[in-house]
Amino acid sequence: MYRYNDFDAAFLADRNSQFRQQVARRIDGSLTEDEFKPLRLMNGLYLQLHAYMLRVAIPYGTLGAAQMRQLAHVADKWDKGYGHFTTRQNIQYNWPKLPDVPDILDSLAEVQLHAIQTSGNTIRNVTADHFAGAAADEVADPRPVAELLRQWSTDHPEFQFLPRKFKFAVTGSETDRAVIRAHDIGIQLVEKDGKRGYRVLVGGGLGRTPVIGKVIRDFLPEEDLLPYSEAIVSTYNVLGRRDNKYKARIKITVNENGLDTYRELTEKRFAELKPLFSGVDQEMLEGIRAHFAPPAFRNAPTDAYEAARAADPVFRAWADTNLSEHKAEGYAIVSISLKKHGETPGDATSAQMRAIADLAEQYGHDDIRISHEQNVILPHVHKSDLPALHAELKKHDLATANIGLVSDIIACPGMDYCALATARSIPVAQQIAERFDALKLEHEIGPLKIKISGCINACGHHHVGHIGILGLDRAGVENYQITLGGDGSEDATIGQRTGPGFAYDEITDAIESILKTYLGLRESEEETFLDAYKRVGAAPFKAALYPEKANAA
Amino acid sequence: MPRPFTPKVITANALLEGDVVYYTADDQWTRHLSEAELLTDEAHAELRLIEASAQQHLAVGVYLADMAAGENGPEPTHFREDFRRTGPSNYAHGKQVEL
Repeated sequence: MYRYNDFDAAFLADRNSQFRQQVARRIDGSLTEDEFKPLRLMNGLYLQLHAYMLRVAIPYGTLGAAQMRQLAHVADKWDKGYGHFTTRQNIQYNWPKLPDVPDILDSLAEVQLHAIQTSGNTIRNVTADHFAGAAADEVADPRPVAELLRQWSTDHPEFQFLPRKFKFAVTGSETDRAVIRAHDIGIQLVEKDGKRGYRVLVGGGLGRTPVIGKVIRDFLPEEDLLPYSEAIVSTYNVLGRRDNKYKARIKITVNENGLDTYRELTEKRFAELKPLFSGVDQEMLEGIRAHFAPPAFRNAPTDAYEAARAADPVFRAWADTNLSEHKAEGYAIVSISLKKHGETPGDATSAQMRAIADLAEQYGHDDIRISHEQNVILPHVHKSDLPALHAELKKHDLATANIGLVSDIIACPGMDYCALATARSIPVAQQIAERFDALKLEHEIGPLKIKISGCINACGHHHVGHIGILGLDRAGVENYQITLGGDGSEDATIGQRTGPGFAYDEITDAIESILKTYLGLRESEEETFLDAYKRVGAAPFKAALYPEKANAA
Repeated sequence: MPRPFTPKVITANALLEGDVVYYTADDQWTRHLSEAELLTDEAHAELRLIEASAQQHLAVGVYLADMAAGENGPEPTHFREDFRRTGPSNYAHGKQVEL
């Protein structure tokens, strides 16, 4: 993984020292809240419902064991002993106190972590495929590119006051695990005629106006990535609307002006910028690549793994759901579920963080990933180590075998924490997970992505959930709308609303009704919920959800 | 016709801890909703809001929140304010255990 050079370390120390002084000036009264707010937001510090919240970036979702241990230390020393992993590969602390935040940031800097540009109208944390460098299906590891983008975008003087926030996601695979089509800019590493390059998508986003990203360049030569990205963002900086917050994201700019116009303007700007990039960025990229060299994979027998599979049904169930194919023979990608039934999706205690750090060191080449689906990944584990790993995970409540199933729910913090939320998300996720666990239907239902947002801003990605749930405030009461058929993969699709929403105490029944309808109409066990929905459409599900209406008609 | 004024309290978050606070009749910030001043007159409420907002060194994001008169002081009329005076529902954290 990337290690800071002297420049990075000095930059971060400087930034943290500035913020320490800004906090001091706020506390002694020299700064008003209006003056301080943009400063704290630039450093990831929000004020939420019950407390401050510090959002720490985990660049492209990659952590080492030492960093994970420091996240645990911060949770214990300055928060309530846990952290919340988010859909943008960040970690959020829900209870920091303002005077402690400068110390927290210094503590994070010791392990090369920070909270810069995790808020505000800037380029946010660059996210990536959480299987990067391990996936069997990738053209190349996307993280060096993500790191280059991170360095380019951090403190970029032209892009500190964009019309609105701006999010990049990068993947190296055709199979899209990074939701690149729901990002302001999505980048896919591709190969054409033996040459590496990028497919560049623009103008994707969820929120109140969900839009699937469009291809602005089908093949961008490798050396043009930064000048072209700069051209896209620079065009947006000038053209994007600043008169209306809800029309300020690039997806609206692209839609209002048309993709062709946007592309023309970008190309024009690109022609100006290209000569200014002397090639230093490509030298830097080469240097960054060295940091992401694959670990020394070992060649060893996997008999122990096969034996454990045969002997232990609990291990087998876990292996069937939580392992993914690795590019190296004898290895597996391990997904550690942070979705134990009844727990808060994406939360990890400090003890769990330390356990994961230990296991990553012992069995996983010191490599940890955070997925946008709010789980933890050990990308490189030799299969012979899996039985021992699984036994350790069990001790720490980390062995839930539910990856990709009904209880592996994405949920935003919702009104339990977030000042923007219109309804709760977490307890809805907890109830759904517990219901299907009690019904013992989880494995029968099979692959399913439920995503819950507690407001229209869609941090919980509900638009691209196979089943999406959106919590709203209807005349002072929590109300939950359901969408069906959304998809965040390479076949990205926005889900369609079923009809009127459901009350807080009705929503779990509604989800059960949808899934029992699915079980009743699927053609075989192999037909997933999403496939069945595509085949039959919304009608049978609506009939189950709104029987009065079906009877009347 | 303007809508009739409904009773309100002044609330905010404490500058240092971020905790939910309420403004009392004697110009203090309290952690307890029951101790907040219930404002039933619109002109008085607006004046009190100006006074409370001036206390930038203590409170952040000062606003008027709808409440109803209850046996033990003001009671929330909306679930958001109910969560603010209680804490999150997924853990026993915040006011529900700290007060």
